[in-house]
Amino acid sequence: MSEQLIHKTAAELADALAAGETTSVELTQAHLDRIAAVDAGVHAFLHVDAEGALAQAAESDARRAAGEARHLLDGVPIAVKDVLATQGLPTTCGSKILEGWVPPYDATVVRRIKDAGLPILGKTNMDEFAMGSSTEHSAYGPTRNPWDQTRIPGGSGGGSAAAVAAFEAPLALGTDTGGSIRQPGAVTGTVGVKPTYGGVSRYGLVALANSLDQVGPVTRTVLDSALLHELIGGHDPLDSTSVDAPVGAYVEAARQGATGDLAGLRVGVIKELAGDGWQAGVMARFAETVELLEKLGAEVTEISCPTFVHAMATYYLILPAECSSNLAKFDAMRYGLRVVPEGDPSAEAVMRATRDAGFGDEVKRRIMIGTYALSSGYYDAYYGQAQKVRTLISRDFAAAFESVDVLVSPTSPTTAFPLGEKLDDPLAMYLQDLATIPANLAGVPGISVPAGLADEDGLPVGFQVLAPALADERLYRVGAAVEAALTSRWGGPILAKAPNLEGPR
Amino acid sequence: MAHLADLARIDLDDAELDHLAPQLNVILEAVASIGAVGDLDDVPPTSHPVPLTNVFREDVVVPGLTAEQALSGAPEAEDQRFRVPRILGDEQ
Repeated sequence: MSEQLIHKTAAELADALAAGETTSVELTQAHLDRIAAVDAGVHAFLHVDAEGALAQAAESDARRAAGEARHLLDGVPIAVKDVLATQGLPTTCGSKILEGWVPPYDATVVRRIKDAGLPILGKTNMDEFAMGSSTEHSAYGPTRNPWDQTRIPGGSGGGSAAAVAAFEAPLALGTDTGGSIRQPGAVTGTVGVKPTYGGVSRYGLVALANSLDQVGPVTRTVLDSALLHELIGGHDPLDSTSVDAPVGAYVEAARQGATGDLAGLRVGVIKELAGDGWQAGVMARFAETVELLEKLGAEVTEISCPTFVHAMATYYLILPAECSSNLAKFDAMRYGLRVVPEGDPSAEAVMRATRDAGFGDEVKRRIMIGTYALSSGYYDAYYGQAQKVRTLISRDFAAAFESVDVLVSPTSPTTAFPLGEKLDDPLAMYLQDLATIPANLAGVPGISVPAGLADEDGLPVGFQVLAPALADERLYRVGAAVEAALTSRWGGPILAKAPNLEGPR
Repeated sequence: MAHLADLARIDLDDAELDHLAPQLNVILEAVASIGAVGDLDDVPPTSHPVPLTNVFREDVVVPGLTAEQALSGAPEAEDQRFRVPRILGDEQ
Protein backbone atom coordinates (compact mmCIF):
# COMPACT_ATOMS: atom_id res chain seq x y z
CA MET A 1 0.00 0.00 0.00
CA SER A 2 2.71 2.47 0.96
CA GLU A 3 4.57 1.61 -2.25
CA GLN A 4 1.47 2.70 -4.17
CA LEU A 5 1.01 5.80 -2.06
CA ILE A 6 4.43 7.25 -2.75
CA HIS A 7 3.92 6.92 -6.50
CA LYS A 8 0.75 9.00 -6.47
CA THR A 9 0.78 12.65 -7.44
CA ALA A 10 0.02 15.30 -4.83
CA ALA A 11 -3.33 15.92 -6.52
CA GLU A 12 -4.19 12.21 -6.24
CA LEU A 13 -3.10 12.15 -2.60
CA ALA A 14 -5.29 15.18 -1.90
CA ASP A 15 -8.24 13.34 -3.48
CA ALA A 16 -7.47 10.18 -1.51
CA LEU A 17 -7.40 12.19 1.73
CA ALA A 18 -10.66 13.92 0.85
CA ALA A 19 -12.29 10.57 0.05
CA GLY A 20 -11.08 9.08 3.33
CA GLU A 21 -9.07 6.39 1.52
CA THR A 22 -5.91 7.23 3.42
CA THR A 23 -4.73 9.42 6.26
CA SER A 24 -2.02 12.02 6.44
CA VAL A 25 -0.21 9.92 9.04
CA GLU A 26 -0.25 6.90 6.72
CA LEU A 27 1.11 8.76 3.74
CA THR A 28 3.60 10.82 5.73
CA GLN A 29 4.91 7.57 7.23
CA ALA A 30 5.08 6.02 3.75
CA HIS A 31 7.32 8.86 2.59
CA LEU A 32 9.45 8.69 5.74
CA ASP A 33 9.89 4.94 5.11
CA ARG A 34 10.94 5.66 1.56
CA ILE A 35 13.46 8.25 2.78
CA ALA A 36 14.84 5.71 5.24
CA ALA A 37 15.15 3.16 2.44
CA VAL A 38 16.76 5.21 -0.32
CA ASP A 39 18.22 8.44 1.03
CA ALA A 40 21.48 6.95 2.18
CA GLY A 41 22.20 6.65 -1.55
CA VAL A 42 20.38 9.65 -2.99
CA HIS A 43 21.19 12.09 -0.15
CA ALA A 44 18.40 14.48 -1.04
CA PHE A 45 17.87 15.46 2.60
CA LEU A 46 20.13 17.34 5.01
CA HIS A 47 17.64 16.97 7.82
CA VAL A 48 14.60 14.70 8.22
CA ASP A 49 12.00 15.67 10.81
CA ALA A 50 10.08 12.41 11.23
CA GLU A 51 8.64 13.31 14.61
CA GLY A 52 7.52 16.80 13.57
CA ALA A 53 6.06 15.62 10.28
CA LEU A 54 4.05 12.84 11.95
CA ALA A 55 2.75 15.25 14.59
CA GLN A 56 1.65 17.69 11.89
CA ALA A 57 0.08 14.78 10.01
CA ALA A 58 -1.88 13.68 13.08
CA GLU A 59 -3.18 17.22 13.53
CA SER A 60 -4.18 17.28 9.88
CA ASP A 61 -6.08 14.02 10.26
CA ALA A 62 -7.89 15.40 13.31
CA ARG A 63 -8.87 18.53 11.37
CA ARG A 64 -10.11 16.50 8.45
CA ALA A 65 -12.11 14.18 10.70
CA ALA A 66 -13.76 17.27 12.19
CA GLY A 67 -14.55 18.56 8.71
CA GLU A 68 -12.10 21.42 9.11
CA ALA A 69 -9.46 20.74 6.45
CA ARG A 70 -7.72 24.04 5.72
CA HIS A 71 -6.70 23.45 2.14
CA LEU A 72 -6.93 20.89 -0.64
CA LEU A 73 -3.34 19.88 0.17
CA ASP A 74 -3.91 19.73 3.96
CA GLY A 75 -2.08 16.58 5.05
CA VAL A 76 0.01 16.11 1.89
CA PRO A 77 3.68 16.09 2.99
CA ILE A 78 6.32 18.35 1.47
CA ALA A 79 10.11 18.81 1.49
CA VAL A 80 11.68 22.26 1.83
CA LYS A 81 14.97 23.49 0.36
CA ASP A 82 17.42 24.28 3.11
CA VAL A 83 17.72 27.93 2.04
CA LEU A 84 14.24 28.70 3.44
CA ALA A 85 14.00 29.62 7.10
CA THR A 86 12.02 27.08 9.14
CA GLN A 87 11.33 27.91 12.77
CA GLY A 88 12.48 25.01 14.92
CA LEU A 89 14.20 23.14 12.07
CA PRO A 90 17.86 23.56 11.10
CA THR A 91 18.53 25.84 8.14
CA THR A 92 22.08 25.55 6.84
CA CYS A 93 21.92 26.69 3.19
CA GLY A 94 24.31 23.79 2.56
CA SER A 95 27.05 25.75 4.34
CA LYS A 96 29.30 25.02 7.30
CA ILE A 97 28.93 28.63 8.36
CA LEU A 98 25.29 27.94 9.29
CA GLU A 99 25.74 24.40 10.62
CA GLY A 100 23.16 23.80 13.33
CA TRP A 101 21.46 27.18 12.97
CA VAL A 102 17.78 27.00 13.90
CA PRO A 103 15.93 30.12 12.71
CA PRO A 104 13.64 31.88 15.18
CA TYR A 105 11.11 32.58 12.43
CA ASP A 106 9.50 31.04 9.34
CA ALA A 107 9.88 32.16 5.74
CA THR A 108 6.51 33.39 4.45
CA VAL A 109 6.24 30.42 2.06
CA VAL A 110 6.98 28.04 4.95
CA ARG A 111 4.36 29.80 7.08
CA ARG A 112 1.84 29.36 4.24
CA ILE A 113 2.46 25.63 3.85
CA LYS A 114 2.31 25.16 7.63
CA ASP A 115 -0.94 27.15 7.83
CA ALA A 116 -2.39 25.01 5.05
CA GLY A 117 -1.48 21.87 7.01
CA LEU A 118 1.25 20.31 4.86
CA PRO A 119 3.56 18.21 7.07
CA ILE A 120 7.24 19.14 6.49
CA LEU A 121 9.30 15.99 5.93
CA GLY A 122 12.63 17.75 6.15
CA LYS A 123 15.14 20.11 4.53
CA THR A 124 16.71 19.33 1.20
CA ASN A 125 20.33 19.47 0.08
CA MET A 126 21.65 22.26 -2.12
CA ASP A 127 24.79 23.89 -3.41
CA GLU A 128 26.17 26.17 -0.69
CA PHE A 129 24.02 29.32 -0.58
CA ALA A 130 22.50 28.13 -3.88
CA MET A 131 25.73 28.69 -5.82
CA GLY A 132 26.08 25.87 -8.30
CA SER A 133 24.45 23.64 -10.87
CA SER A 134 25.23 20.22 -9.44
CA THR A 135 24.65 20.22 -5.64
CA GLU A 136 28.32 19.24 -5.36
CA HIS A 137 29.09 22.55 -3.68
CA SER A 138 27.06 21.49 -0.63
CA ALA A 139 29.30 21.40 2.44
CA TYR A 140 27.49 18.20 3.43
CA GLY A 141 28.25 16.13 0.34
CA PRO A 142 26.46 15.93 -3.02
CA THR A 143 22.99 14.67 -3.80
CA ARG A 144 23.01 11.84 -6.33
CA ASN A 145 20.70 11.64 -9.35
CA PRO A 146 18.06 8.92 -8.87
CA TRP A 147 18.43 8.03 -12.58
CA ASP A 148 22.14 7.26 -12.15
CA GLN A 149 23.73 7.73 -8.77
CA THR A 150 27.14 8.47 -10.27
CA ARG A 151 25.69 11.63 -11.80
CA ILE A 152 24.65 15.08 -10.61
CA PRO A 153 20.99 15.87 -9.85
CA GLY A 154 21.41 19.45 -11.05
CA GLY A 155 21.67 22.44 -8.81
CA SER A 156 21.43 24.32 -6.78
CA GLY A 157 18.17 22.61 -5.83
CA GLY A 158 19.33 19.06 -6.56
CA GLY A 159 18.00 17.89 -3.21
CA SER A 160 14.43 19.01 -3.83
CA ALA A 161 14.39 17.64 -7.39
CA ALA A 162 15.94 14.31 -6.37
CA ALA A 163 13.50 14.01 -3.44
CA VAL A 164 10.47 14.16 -5.74
CA ALA A 165 12.17 12.09 -8.48
CA ALA A 166 13.01 9.34 -5.96
CA PHE A 167 9.44 9.39 -4.55
CA GLU A 168 10.73 10.58 -1.17
CA ALA A 169 8.27 13.49 -1.28
CA PRO A 170 5.29 14.30 -3.52
CA LEU A 171 6.05 18.02 -3.37
CA ALA A 172 9.04 20.22 -2.63
CA LEU A 173 9.89 23.89 -2.47
CA GLY A 174 12.87 25.17 -4.43
CA THR A 175 14.45 28.50 -5.26
CA ASP A 176 15.63 29.66 -8.66
CA THR A 177 18.24 32.40 -9.08
CA GLY A 178 19.65 31.36 -12.47
CA GLY A 179 17.96 28.00 -13.04
CA SER A 180 18.18 26.24 -9.66
CA ILE A 181 14.63 24.90 -9.92
CA ARG A 182 14.39 24.35 -13.68
CA GLN A 183 17.78 22.72 -14.42
CA PRO A 184 17.48 20.12 -11.62
CA GLY A 185 13.95 19.45 -12.90
CA ALA A 186 15.35 18.86 -16.38
CA VAL A 187 18.10 16.44 -15.37
CA THR A 188 15.91 14.44 -12.94
CA GLY A 189 12.82 14.09 -15.17
CA THR A 190 10.65 16.24 -12.91
CA VAL A 191 8.72 19.52 -13.17
CA GLY A 192 10.02 22.83 -11.81
CA VAL A 193 8.61 26.33 -11.99
CA LYS A 194 10.29 29.69 -11.50
CA PRO A 195 7.44 32.15 -10.98
CA THR A 196 7.47 35.78 -12.08
CA TYR A 197 9.88 37.84 -9.94
CA GLY A 198 7.81 39.15 -7.05
CA GLY A 199 5.06 36.56 -7.56
CA VAL A 200 6.12 34.55 -4.51
CA SER A 201 7.43 36.08 -1.28
CA ARG A 202 11.17 36.02 -0.65
CA TYR A 203 10.81 36.84 3.06
CA GLY A 204 12.84 34.25 4.95
CA LEU A 205 14.63 33.04 1.84
CA VAL A 206 18.33 33.45 2.66
CA ALA A 207 19.21 35.74 -0.22
CA LEU A 208 21.78 34.78 -2.82
CA ALA A 209 20.97 37.61 -5.24
CA ASN A 210 17.92 39.63 -4.25
CA SER A 211 17.08 40.87 -7.73
CA LEU A 212 17.17 37.34 -9.21
CA ASP A 213 15.90 34.92 -6.51
CA GLN A 214 12.41 33.38 -6.66
CA VAL A 215 10.80 30.58 -4.66
CA GLY A 216 8.86 28.03 -6.69
CA PRO A 217 7.33 24.54 -6.85
CA VAL A 218 9.27 21.31 -7.46
CA THR A 219 6.97 18.40 -8.35
CA ARG A 220 6.44 15.40 -10.62
CA THR A 221 3.48 16.85 -12.53
CA VAL A 222 2.45 20.22 -13.92
CA LEU A 223 -0.87 20.13 -12.02
CA ASP A 224 0.95 19.57 -8.72
CA SER A 225 3.15 22.59 -9.42
CA ALA A 226 0.05 24.66 -10.13
CA LEU A 227 -1.56 23.57 -6.84
CA LEU A 228 1.57 24.44 -4.87
CA HIS A 229 2.12 27.72 -6.73
CA GLU A 230 -1.40 28.91 -5.91
CA LEU A 231 -0.74 28.08 -2.24
CA ILE A 232 2.61 29.88 -1.88
CA GLY A 233 2.02 32.75 -4.30
CA GLY A 234 0.55 36.17 -3.72
CA HIS A 235 1.35 39.44 -2.03
CA ASP A 236 3.39 39.56 1.17
CA PRO A 237 3.79 42.85 3.03
CA LEU A 238 7.05 41.50 4.50
CA ASP A 239 8.71 41.49 1.03
CA SER A 240 9.02 44.95 -0.49
CA THR A 241 9.46 43.47 -3.99
CA SER A 242 6.34 41.32 -3.68
CA VAL A 243 3.87 42.10 -6.45
CA ASP A 244 0.53 43.31 -5.10
CA ALA A 245 -1.70 41.37 -7.49
CA PRO A 246 -4.05 38.41 -7.09
CA VAL A 247 -2.64 34.89 -7.58
CA GLY A 248 -3.35 33.54 -11.06
CA ALA A 249 -5.62 30.62 -11.91
CA TYR A 250 -2.76 28.17 -12.40
CA VAL A 251 -4.71 25.01 -11.60
CA GLU A 252 -7.41 25.93 -14.09
CA ALA A 253 -4.73 26.67 -16.71
CA ALA A 254 -3.09 23.29 -16.08
CA ARG A 255 -6.42 21.45 -16.39
CA GLN A 256 -7.22 23.34 -19.58
CA GLY A 257 -3.76 22.61 -21.03
CA ALA A 258 -4.13 18.91 -20.26
CA THR A 259 -7.03 18.73 -22.71
CA GLY A 260 -4.38 19.14 -25.39
CA ASP A 261 -5.78 22.07 -27.32
CA LEU A 262 -3.22 24.78 -28.07
CA ALA A 263 -5.03 26.21 -31.09
CA GLY A 264 -3.95 29.77 -31.77
CA LEU A 265 -1.05 29.74 -29.31
CA ARG A 266 1.99 31.53 -30.75
CA VAL A 267 5.27 29.86 -29.80
CA GLY A 268 8.74 31.31 -30.39
CA VAL A 269 11.81 29.07 -30.54
CA ILE A 270 14.79 31.06 -29.19
CA LYS A 271 17.40 30.98 -31.94
CA GLU A 272 20.36 31.76 -29.69
CA LEU A 273 19.79 28.78 -27.37
CA ALA A 274 21.19 26.07 -29.66
CA GLY A 275 24.41 25.24 -31.47
CA ASP A 276 27.88 24.30 -30.20
CA GLY A 277 27.88 22.67 -26.80
CA TRP A 278 24.25 21.57 -27.00
CA GLN A 279 23.99 17.79 -26.68
CA ALA A 280 22.47 16.03 -29.72
CA GLY A 281 20.01 14.00 -27.64
CA VAL A 282 18.81 17.15 -25.91
CA MET A 283 18.24 18.92 -29.23
CA ALA A 284 16.44 15.88 -30.70
CA ARG A 285 13.92 15.69 -27.82
CA PHE A 286 13.50 19.47 -27.99
CA ALA A 287 12.76 19.41 -31.73
CA GLU A 288 10.21 16.62 -31.26
CA THR A 289 8.46 18.58 -28.51
CA VAL A 290 8.27 21.65 -30.73
CA GLU A 291 6.69 19.48 -33.46
CA LEU A 292 4.26 18.22 -30.87
CA LEU A 293 3.20 21.79 -30.05
CA GLU A 294 2.44 22.33 -33.74
CA LYS A 295 0.32 19.16 -33.80
CA LEU A 296 -1.62 20.52 -30.83
CA GLY A 297 -2.48 23.62 -32.84
CA ALA A 298 0.28 26.07 -31.91
CA GLU A 299 1.93 28.35 -34.48
CA VAL A 300 5.69 28.02 -34.14
CA THR A 301 8.21 30.60 -35.33
CA GLU A 302 11.90 31.16 -34.69
CA ILE A 303 12.68 34.25 -32.63
CA SER A 304 16.02 35.97 -32.21
CA CYS A 305 16.95 37.40 -28.82
CA PRO A 306 20.37 38.77 -29.82
CA THR A 307 21.47 39.98 -26.37
CA PHE A 308 21.00 36.51 -24.82
CA VAL A 309 24.55 35.63 -25.89
CA HIS A 310 25.71 38.12 -23.26
CA ALA A 311 23.37 36.79 -20.54
CA MET A 312 26.05 34.58 -18.97
CA ALA A 313 28.55 37.41 -18.54
CA THR A 314 25.81 39.73 -17.30
CA TYR A 315 24.61 37.19 -14.77
CA TYR A 316 28.08 36.33 -13.49
CA LEU A 317 28.70 40.00 -12.75
CA ILE A 318 25.34 40.90 -11.24
CA LEU A 319 25.02 37.76 -9.15
CA PRO A 320 28.50 37.91 -7.53
CA ALA A 321 28.03 41.62 -6.89
CA GLU A 322 24.78 40.99 -5.03
CA CYS A 323 26.01 37.87 -3.23
CA SER A 324 29.22 39.50 -2.03
CA SER A 325 27.06 42.15 -0.36
CA ASN A 326 24.48 39.67 0.96
CA LEU A 327 27.01 37.29 2.44
CA ALA A 328 28.76 40.11 4.29
CA LYS A 329 26.23 39.42 7.04
CA PHE A 330 28.06 36.20 7.89
CA ASP A 331 30.46 37.99 10.19
CA ALA A 332 30.60 35.56 13.15
CA MET A 333 28.94 38.05 15.46
CA ARG A 334 25.19 37.40 15.65
CA TYR A 335 24.59 33.88 14.38
CA GLY A 336 26.36 31.04 12.68
CA LEU A 337 29.93 29.83 13.00
CA ARG A 338 32.59 31.70 14.97
CA VAL A 339 36.24 30.68 14.60
CA VAL A 340 38.58 32.40 17.05
CA PRO A 341 42.27 32.43 16.09
CA GLU A 342 44.85 32.09 18.86
CA GLY A 343 45.88 35.02 21.01
CA ASP A 344 43.66 38.04 21.47
CA PRO A 345 42.17 38.45 18.00
CA SER A 346 40.13 41.46 16.96
CA ALA A 347 36.56 41.09 15.71
CA GLU A 348 37.87 41.54 12.20
CA ALA A 349 40.43 38.75 12.60
CA VAL A 350 37.65 36.49 13.91
CA MET A 351 35.53 37.46 10.92
CA ARG A 352 38.29 36.61 8.42
CA ALA A 353 39.10 33.28 10.04
CA THR A 354 35.42 32.34 10.28
CA ARG A 355 34.66 33.18 6.65
CA ASP A 356 37.70 31.20 5.52
CA ALA A 357 36.67 28.15 7.54
CA GLY A 358 32.92 28.47 6.95
CA PHE A 359 32.68 29.14 3.20
CA GLY A 360 33.49 26.65 0.45
CA ASP A 361 35.46 27.31 -2.74
CA GLU A 362 32.55 28.38 -4.96
CA VAL A 363 31.26 30.85 -2.38
CA LYS A 364 34.74 32.32 -1.99
CA ARG A 365 35.11 32.59 -5.78
CA ARG A 366 31.83 34.43 -6.20
CA ILE A 367 32.36 36.76 -3.24
CA MET A 368 35.75 37.71 -4.64
CA ILE A 369 34.43 38.23 -8.19
CA GLY A 370 31.66 40.39 -6.75
CA THR A 371 34.09 42.35 -4.63
CA TYR A 372 36.17 42.95 -7.75
CA ALA A 373 33.21 43.98 -9.93
CA LEU A 374 32.04 46.46 -7.30
CA SER A 375 35.44 47.95 -6.48
CA SER A 376 36.12 51.53 -7.47
CA GLY A 377 37.76 51.80 -10.85
CA TYR A 378 36.03 48.63 -12.13
CA TYR A 379 32.42 49.37 -11.18
CA ASP A 380 31.39 51.09 -14.43
CA ALA A 381 33.14 48.63 -16.72
CA TYR A 382 31.75 45.56 -14.97
CA TYR A 383 28.72 45.98 -12.71
CA GLY A 384 27.45 49.17 -14.36
CA GLN A 385 27.79 47.71 -17.86
CA ALA A 386 26.09 44.47 -16.75
CA GLN A 387 23.10 46.40 -15.44
CA LYS A 388 22.72 48.06 -18.83
CA VAL A 389 22.99 44.79 -20.73
CA ARG A 390 20.35 43.47 -18.35
CA THR A 391 18.06 46.19 -19.72
CA LEU A 392 18.80 44.99 -23.26
CA ILE A 393 17.93 41.41 -22.30
CA SER A 394 14.59 42.58 -20.91
CA ARG A 395 14.00 44.49 -24.15
CA ASP A 396 14.70 41.30 -26.15
CA PHE A 397 11.99 39.56 -24.16
CA ALA A 398 9.58 42.47 -24.59
CA ALA A 399 10.15 42.51 -28.35
CA ALA A 400 9.73 38.74 -28.61
CA PHE A 401 6.50 38.75 -26.60
CA GLU A 402 5.02 41.27 -29.04
CA SER A 403 4.86 38.52 -31.65
CA VAL A 404 4.58 35.30 -29.59
CA ASP A 405 2.75 34.19 -26.44
CA VAL A 406 5.52 31.96 -25.07
CA LEU A 407 9.18 31.27 -25.80
CA VAL A 408 10.66 27.78 -25.70
CA SER A 409 14.13 26.21 -25.47
CA PRO A 410 15.79 23.16 -23.98
CA THR A 411 16.11 23.77 -20.22
CA SER A 412 19.74 22.73 -20.04
CA PRO A 413 22.37 22.18 -22.77
CA THR A 414 23.21 18.66 -21.54
CA THR A 415 21.78 15.79 -19.55
CA ALA A 416 23.13 14.98 -16.07
CA PHE A 417 26.94 14.83 -16.12
CA PRO A 418 29.12 12.64 -13.88
CA LEU A 419 29.80 13.85 -10.34
CA GLY A 420 33.15 15.60 -10.11
CA GLU A 421 33.43 16.37 -13.83
CA LYS A 422 33.10 20.15 -13.59
CA LEU A 423 33.90 20.70 -9.92
CA ASP A 424 37.13 22.64 -10.50
CA ASP A 425 36.06 24.13 -13.83
CA PRO A 426 33.65 26.88 -12.76
CA LEU A 427 33.09 28.19 -16.27
CA ALA A 428 31.98 24.78 -17.57
CA MET A 429 29.61 24.57 -14.62
CA TYR A 430 28.22 28.04 -15.35
CA LEU A 431 27.36 27.01 -18.93
CA GLN A 432 24.71 24.66 -17.53
CA ASP A 433 22.56 27.72 -16.88
CA LEU A 434 22.82 29.27 -20.34
CA ALA A 435 19.13 28.77 -21.14
CA THR A 436 17.69 29.49 -17.71
CA ILE A 437 19.57 32.68 -16.77
CA PRO A 438 17.80 35.16 -19.11
CA ALA A 439 14.46 34.64 -17.34
CA ASN A 440 15.96 35.59 -13.97
CA LEU A 441 17.63 38.69 -15.39
CA ALA A 442 14.32 39.87 -16.86
CA GLY A 443 12.08 38.59 -14.04
CA VAL A 444 9.87 36.52 -16.37
CA PRO A 445 8.45 33.11 -15.34
CA GLY A 446 9.63 29.75 -16.65
CA ILE A 447 8.80 26.06 -16.34
CA SER A 448 10.75 22.91 -17.16
CA VAL A 449 8.80 19.77 -18.07
CA PRO A 450 10.25 16.36 -19.04
CA ALA A 451 10.72 15.97 -22.81
CA GLY A 452 11.97 12.38 -22.82
CA LEU A 453 15.33 10.62 -22.58
CA ALA A 454 18.42 11.44 -24.65
CA ASP A 455 19.34 8.65 -27.06
CA GLU A 456 23.05 8.65 -26.24
CA ASP A 457 22.76 8.19 -22.46
CA GLY A 458 19.12 7.41 -21.64
CA LEU A 459 18.94 10.38 -19.25
CA PRO A 460 16.10 12.93 -18.90
CA VAL A 461 15.86 16.07 -21.03
CA GLY A 462 13.90 19.16 -20.00
CA PHE A 463 11.72 21.42 -22.16
CA GLN A 464 11.58 25.03 -21.02
CA VAL A 465 8.64 27.39 -21.56
CA LEU A 466 8.98 31.11 -20.77
CA ALA A 467 6.12 33.63 -20.55
CA PRO A 468 5.84 37.38 -20.00
CA ALA A 469 5.94 38.68 -16.43
CA LEU A 470 2.72 37.89 -14.53
CA ALA A 471 1.53 35.56 -17.30
CA ASP A 472 2.52 32.44 -15.36
CA GLU A 473 -0.78 30.78 -16.39
CA ARG A 474 0.67 30.24 -19.85
CA LEU A 475 3.44 28.06 -18.41
CA TYR A 476 0.84 25.76 -16.91
CA ARG A 477 -1.32 25.61 -20.00
CA VAL A 478 1.58 24.77 -22.33
CA GLY A 479 3.40 22.60 -19.78
CA ALA A 480 0.32 20.50 -19.08
CA ALA A 481 -0.38 20.08 -22.81
CA VAL A 482 3.17 18.83 -23.44
CA GLU A 483 3.03 16.58 -20.39
CA ALA A 484 -0.33 15.04 -21.34
CA ALA A 485 0.70 14.35 -24.94
CA LEU A 486 4.11 12.92 -24.07
CA THR A 487 2.85 10.83 -21.16
CA SER A 488 0.29 9.29 -23.46
CA ARG A 489 2.97 8.66 -26.11
CA TRP A 490 5.27 7.02 -23.53
CA GLY A 491 2.42 4.98 -22.01
CA GLY A 492 3.06 6.46 -18.55
CA PRO A 493 5.05 9.08 -16.66
CA ILE A 494 8.72 9.41 -17.49
CA LEU A 495 9.75 8.40 -13.96
CA ALA A 496 8.31 4.93 -14.61
CA LYS A 497 11.48 4.45 -16.69
CA ALA A 498 13.82 5.44 -13.85
CA PRO A 499 15.72 2.63 -12.15
CA ASN A 500 14.24 1.07 -9.03
CA LEU A 501 16.26 2.39 -6.13
CA GLU A 502 17.37 -0.30 -3.78
CA GLY A 503 17.51 0.44 -0.12
CA PRO A 504 20.72 0.06 1.85
CA ARG A 505 19.43 -2.86 3.86
CA MET B 1 44.15 38.48 -5.41
CA ALA B 2 45.31 38.74 -1.81
CA HIS B 3 43.94 42.29 -1.78
CA LEU B 4 40.53 41.05 -2.97
CA ALA B 5 40.49 38.40 -0.26
CA ASP B 6 41.33 41.14 2.20
CA LEU B 7 38.50 43.35 0.98
CA ALA B 8 36.12 40.37 1.20
CA ARG B 9 37.29 39.61 4.76
CA ILE B 10 38.33 36.06 3.94
CA ASP B 11 41.57 34.80 5.43
CA LEU B 12 42.97 32.84 2.46
CA ASP B 13 46.32 31.13 2.88
CA ASP B 14 48.85 30.81 0.04
CA ALA B 15 47.69 27.35 -0.98
CA GLU B 16 44.11 28.56 -1.32
CA LEU B 17 45.18 31.62 -3.26
CA ASP B 18 47.17 29.41 -5.64
CA HIS B 19 44.13 27.18 -6.12
CA LEU B 20 41.56 29.96 -6.61
CA ALA B 21 43.57 32.60 -8.50
CA PRO B 22 43.71 30.83 -11.89
CA GLN B 23 39.99 30.01 -11.65
CA LEU B 24 39.13 33.61 -10.87
CA ASN B 25 41.20 34.74 -13.83
CA VAL B 26 39.29 32.46 -16.17
CA ILE B 27 35.97 33.76 -14.85
CA LEU B 28 37.05 37.40 -15.06
CA GLU B 29 38.25 36.92 -18.64
CA ALA B 30 34.89 35.41 -19.56
CA VAL B 31 32.79 38.13 -17.97
CA ALA B 32 35.02 40.85 -19.47
CA SER B 33 33.23 40.08 -22.76
CA ILE B 34 30.47 42.31 -21.42
CA GLY B 35 32.55 45.24 -22.65
CA ALA B 36 32.18 43.97 -26.23
CA VAL B 37 28.47 44.84 -26.17
CA GLY B 38 29.72 48.35 -26.80
CA ASP B 39 29.00 51.81 -25.58
CA LEU B 40 25.62 51.83 -23.83
CA ASP B 41 25.43 55.45 -22.75
CA ASP B 42 21.79 55.67 -23.86
CA VAL B 43 20.68 52.53 -22.03
CA PRO B 44 19.37 52.90 -18.48
CA PRO B 45 20.68 50.34 -15.98
CA THR B 46 18.33 47.72 -14.50
CA SER B 47 18.77 46.97 -10.81
CA HIS B 48 15.52 45.03 -10.38
CA PRO B 49 13.39 43.29 -13.00
CA VAL B 50 10.22 44.96 -11.73
CA PRO B 51 9.98 48.67 -10.94
CA LEU B 52 10.58 49.28 -7.25
CA THR B 53 8.32 51.55 -5.27
CA ASN B 54 8.57 52.59 -1.66
CA VAL B 55 6.47 50.40 0.57
CA PHE B 56 4.78 51.89 3.61
CA ARG B 57 2.72 50.39 6.38
CA GLU B 58 0.61 51.77 9.17
CA ASP B 59 2.70 53.02 12.09
CA VAL B 60 1.43 50.43 14.56
CA VAL B 61 3.29 48.04 16.83
CA VAL B 62 3.53 44.49 15.49
CA PRO B 63 5.10 41.54 17.29
CA GLY B 64 8.81 40.95 16.66
CA LEU B 65 11.45 38.56 17.92
CA THR B 66 12.06 38.44 21.66
CA ALA B 67 15.61 39.12 22.85
CA GLU B 68 15.96 35.40 23.61
CA GLN B 69 14.88 34.48 20.08
CA ALA B 70 17.19 37.05 18.50
CA LEU B 71 20.11 35.77 20.56
CA SER B 72 19.26 32.09 20.07
CA GLY B 73 21.83 31.64 17.28
CA ALA B 74 24.54 33.87 18.75
CA PRO B 75 28.02 32.38 19.09
CA GLU B 76 28.22 34.17 22.45
CA ALA B 77 25.73 36.27 24.41
CA GLU B 78 25.78 38.06 27.73
CA ASP B 79 23.19 40.19 29.55
CA GLN B 80 20.74 39.91 26.62
CA ARG B 81 23.38 41.26 24.23
CA PHE B 82 25.61 39.80 21.52
CA ARG B 83 29.09 39.31 22.96
CA VAL B 84 31.77 40.07 20.37
CA PRO B 85 35.58 40.04 20.31
CA ARG B 86 37.39 43.32 20.83
CA ILE B 87 36.35 45.68 18.05
CA LEU B 88 39.37 47.98 18.01
CA GLY B 89 41.61 46.73 15.26
CA ASP B 90 45.30 45.98 15.12
CA GLU B 91 45.95 49.20 13.22
CA GLN B 92 45.19 51.44 16.23
